Amino acid sequence: MQADTLSGGFADPSIGSSHAFRAVMEAMARPGTVQEISGAVPPAPLSPAAGTVLLTLCDTETPVYLAGAADCEALRVWLAFHTGAPLVGPAECMFAVGTWDALVPLSSYPVGTSQYPDRSATLIVERPDLSATGAALTGPGIKDQAALSLPEVAAFQSNHALFPLGLDFIFTSGDCVAALPRTTKVS
Amino acid sequence: MNAYNFAYLDEQTKRMIRRAILKGLAIPGYQVPFASREMPMPYGWGTGGVQVSAAVLTPEDTFKVIDQGADDTTNAVSIRSFFQRTAGVATTTATRDATVIQTRHRIPEEALGEGQILVYQVPIPEPLRFLEPRESETRKMHSLEEYGLMHVKLYEDISRHGHIATSYAYPVKVEGRYVMDPSPIPKFDNPKLGDMAAIQLFGAGREQRIYALPPYTQVVSLDFEDHPFEATKADHPCGMCGAQDSYLDELIIDDAGGRMFVCSDTDYCEARQAAGHKGKDAA
Repeated sequence: MQADTLSGGFADPSIGSSHAFRAVMEAMARPGTVQEISGAVPPAPLSPAAGTVLLTLCDTETPVYLAGAADCEALRVWLAFHTGAPLVGPAECMFAVGTWDALVPLSSYPVGTSQYPDRSATLIVERPDLSATGAALTGPGIKDQAALSLPEVAAFQSNHALFPLGLDFIFTSGDCVAALPRTTKVS
Repeated sequence: MNAYNFAYLDEQTKRMIRRAILKGLAIPGYQVPFASREMPMPYGWGTGGVQVSAAVLTPEDTFKVIDQGADDTTNAVSIRSFFQRTAGVATTTATRDATVIQTRHRIPEEALGEGQILVYQVPIPEPLRFLEPRESETRKMHSLEEYGLMHVKLYEDISRHGHIATSYAYPVKVEGRYVMDPSPIPKFDNPKLGDMAAIQLFGAGREQRIYALPPYTQVVSLDFEDHPFEATKADHPCGMCGAQDSYLDELIIDDAGGRMFVCSDTDYCEARQAAGHKGKDAA
């Protein structure tokens, strides 16, 4: 076991995760806003933001899917040590993490059931950068209109069409986080 | 404070609640089941709200608790001191200074802003529960968007009383999809639910449900074209501060049937009195 497996967690888990959760919640409640998030330092290739989101939300009760390059030995053991989350394929996951290219197609993830639409996956999408520019967003959490640099548009439109089913997205880059719930209309 | 984890709950519980809150925000008005914990207070005293507050609080927050608008009732005082002791957060009674406000059955008179979170204590989260007692059936009704029964209930109000007599916990439809119980707030507060700048979170401890309204969400109180929704209040000004626009409590003040009407929002009333407004019953 490497030393960096044991390090990289929250310095103070209780306080660190409370700040991190507020950033994620603000992001999810206000799509198109970019929040700062920090606390965890995961092994490459994961960004500190994605690592912090994982440590804030995942534990032994949340199956995680590591997509593409994120599925490496260093990250597997880091996640196992800090969260104990079981690693699974996309069809069984509650959280998935990776780049957009590694995560697609979206049809492989659970979107919930009509009686339990909350039983759907949350995708943590690693982005080279995040900014409030690009695709236009409207919907709950947005006063008039917002914008977010999304990897594409069509996939989010068809996800929105599934409402109340659907996937929810958390975008991470460096120490920034943004989110796109299934309710947001993208154009 | 060192005897407890920050904000009382253990970290795994908080993660579980936080995941429920995120799904609640992603599906506005939908009741997300969560594994409610026993809290050091009985069910019915705000255990759902307390658990949601515990999951969202950070050490930098300023916390306010109101019980039917009042900061100084037993329930409000004890929950406020609970988080003072277990989370070490600053507390306030001023609505505008608070970042997290836990409420039992009122929305503050003063409009809330973007940096604020409103946490409701909810007794019965299921708006259809008194019409259909079986959870298996109400869940199906929500999934099929089958809300005809709720309109029948409101219609029966009209046929019996001539108007919609439901005065609190008045059902709303969120973003044209889920019918939601706004908790037992007076229907006077219903128009504030929609397009609010603050995040609204609802916690029902005994019933183990969390739901949410993101900011600027469309919330419509159910009604009929010929019987439109009406936000009602006692037709009086506040006896203490003279406010015409606030929700009022009626108080019996003697044995001869004497009564006065005062703002239920104590912070609003006190701020107005401090600013020199005076009602007819003010000393």
